[in-house]
Amino acid sequence: MDKKLERILPRVQKPARYTGGEYNQIMKDREAVDLRVAFCFPDTYEIGMSNLGMSILYHTMNSLDYVWCERVFAPWGDMYEEMKKAEIPLYALESGDSLDRFDALAFSIGYEMAYTTVLDMMDMAGLPLHSADREALLPIVFAGGSAAVNAEPMADFIDLFVIGEGEEMDNELLALLRQAKREGWSKRDFLKRAAGIGGVYVPSLYEVSYNEDGTVQSIQARDGAPEKVTKRVIVDLDNAPYPTNPIVPSTEVVHDRVNLELFRGCVRGCRFCQAGYIYRPIRAKKPDTLVKQGIEALKNTGHEDVTLLSLSTSDYRPLTQLCDGLLDYCESRSIGLSLPSLRADNFSMDIMEKLQKVRKSGLTFAVEGGSQRLRDAINKNVTEEELLHTCAIAFAGGWNTVKLYYMLGLPTETDEDIVGIADMAAQILHCWRENAKNKNRGVKITVSTSCFIPKPHSPFQWEPQISREEYLRRVNLLRSSINARNVVYNWHDADTSIVEAVLSRGDRRLGPVLEEVWRKGGRLEAWSDYFSFDTWMAALENAGLDADFYAARERSVDEVLPWDMIDVGVRKAHLVKEREKCYSSTLSPDCRHQCAACGALKLMNGGRCDG
Amino acid sequence: MDKLRLRFEKTDRAIYISHLDLMHTMQRAFSRAGYELKYSEGFNPHPQISIALPLSVGMASTCELMDFKLNGEADIALLPGKLTAVMPEGIRVTDCYVPETKVAALKYLWVEGCFEYDDRDPHEMAEALNDFYAADEIVIEKKTKRGMGQSDIKPAIRSIQCEAGEDAVTVQAVISAQEPTLNPALLADALRQLAPELEPDFAKFTRREIYHENMEIFH
Repeated sequence: MDKKLERILPRVQKPARYTGGEYNQIMKDREAVDLRVAFCFPDTYEIGMSNLGMSILYHTMNSLDYVWCERVFAPWGDMYEEMKKAEIPLYALESGDSLDRFDALAFSIGYEMAYTTVLDMMDMAGLPLHSADREALLPIVFAGGSAAVNAEPMADFIDLFVIGEGEEMDNELLALLRQAKREGWSKRDFLKRAAGIGGVYVPSLYEVSYNEDGTVQSIQARDGAPEKVTKRVIVDLDNAPYPTNPIVPSTEVVHDRVNLELFRGCVRGCRFCQAGYIYRPIRAKKPDTLVKQGIEALKNTGHEDVTLLSLSTSDYRPLTQLCDGLLDYCESRSIGLSLPSLRADNFSMDIMEKLQKVRKSGLTFAVEGGSQRLRDAINKNVTEEELLHTCAIAFAGGWNTVKLYYMLGLPTETDEDIVGIADMAAQILHCWRENAKNKNRGVKITVSTSCFIPKPHSPFQWEPQISREEYLRRVNLLRSSINARNVVYNWHDADTSIVEAVLSRGDRRLGPVLEEVWRKGGRLEAWSDYFSFDTWMAALENAGLDADFYAARERSVDEVLPWDMIDVGVRKAHLVKEREKCYSSTLSPDCRHQCAACGALKLMNGGRCDG
Repeated sequence: MDKLRLRFEKTDRAIYISHLDLMHTMQRAFSRAGYELKYSEGFNPHPQISIALPLSVGMASTCELMDFKLNGEADIALLPGKLTAVMPEGIRVTDCYVPETKVAALKYLWVEGCFEYDDRDPHEMAEALNDFYAADEIVIEKKTKRGMGQSDIKPAIRSIQCEAGEDAVTVQAVISAQEPTLNPALLADALRQLAPELEPDFAKFTRREIYHENMEIFH
């Protein structure tokens, strides 16, 4: 180990997250590979090591024998200070080598608040931040993840984005990079060729012009780059790579367990939900595949928990069969099986009883809107009756913690809707009184609200966000409406949501803003420990930009949107229609009842959507 | 099966795994190797494992002990190899046996310190260190349960020798492991407090061996 590093590790909190050496990490001979990839996660080890996408892509990239892909995470503040003081550059965990020895930096960007951390990691690696200032071919800096569906604010810094699912695309890109390195291509030549790979978006090949009012006038593709970059998907998930030998962290991480992904996409079409649109079409894995992969992964890791991941687990058709298959293995070994994202509407007694046999956790419902009218407007198909029915079963079954999540500031929300949240909590409390098996244990109902953020590629992409003051007014209204005992109300402040709203629908002019926030020390901004609202507002002002223009402005549907060059599959006309239905509080049937021909099917190369 | 004892090494990158994380790591390694640890009874069952003398984060050891129980029978001769194969880097199981002693009877530790001096001559330092540790008493300020207190660490040092290497001094010390427990880091901390001119730029320690009161190797 590096001597300088050895001296600082005893001084920092949880040093095991900075050393690598975990079981199942992939070690290769650095001299025997053609490409070294630093897979950078712009957040802490604990968050990054909980990320299934990162785990999958780490293994797919390493499945190429000419590539050694290693992990890099952002150090927490104390380690960051020590590294700066000791002049230790950012290094990869497996080899301990600093990032100047790598051919590519691959960033996984799951949310906009990580942008400044991306800049910081590039700086810690000793790289110029601007793509244009990195003239040599290597290292190439690319990025993917759900934030890439509009990563325009990062356009100046990242050489290319990979849009959609990376299992195939990343390896196609690495094959091209290997050829470019061998044959000594210029960076420009490589980028032009890379733009020909499906799903690859090279920002420098697109010219964006603006109107006087700051809106986008046009987006011109150059040098043969496609006018629209179409998101990549994996058609057959059963045969897609899934790591059954994931790295087992030697220290505690957020989700320390085996993750099984049931399906991608979502049949529901909640209008506020970006994930529900950008991950379409719906593709499920077979239960046999999942049981086999789950057992294998449990054996290979020794984990005591396995969890079923998807956007809406109760919509997985063979859920019972899958749970049975896994429980057969888990029960006798005291392995816990957990199912987040169950919906309130079809949460069955059957499934609940099965889980009860192993371990019992609290119930969590994302109700989102306080009244039936509002839930219809956002197409969140949960009714009060279903929710109460589910709670009644749960309380009778011994559960006594319920968490309810809402958003404030959804389009069409009224004060009446907000008071409705308090009413719902009171009704659930009443339901507990009527159904609880053992009232001595008490009940805890938690209501949480966050400020709604309109996201690109969702039907609400044209909507304004409510102001900070208005959010607080609504929070106070709800606070004063909740008077039942046993009901706790938590609210997230709106500051982060406003910055997130600016960035998520931002354009390229935000590049200097990101750079300034980073220069003023901005990093790990998703953590309230580090987030500074004032720094963001000052940086926007210095750049001559206005937060309201991005966050609080309603766009007209014929406006050119900064992310219009990205095609996630769903047609814009479908989004427009869904938005119109919001204003008439009209539900859309879920994909299983009636296909809405959203357009995502075209991504399947003739395969079928499991909607 | 009866209570079993594991002897293992914790070196290299594994020295940064904390005691609590190590327990968890062990638990998972047993499961990966196909062994079933015996769990406690009760509302919140946990595996019955116990690691003797928790090691500080950052300290290496070639003589760690862990007591545990297994469900069912197992060939304990095969266990060290099978476990080592599924351990993170730096953890190596060297032995497994039915213990005949209680951990309470463990009395002394041999620790090896590496004191790094960046701009000072290790030979001069080694000589001065030997003089320093030869004093009749070494009274230092030490955190106790009741705040800061004075404590003489000398009685807990059975023997100590310092020898110069190329760019560091190697300290070989046999110190009391229990009643009283002497944290080896205090050997360097005493310098900071009482002889700052001898304080190394960096000190690291490795536990080398464990002994009974009569200096027989502890098993």
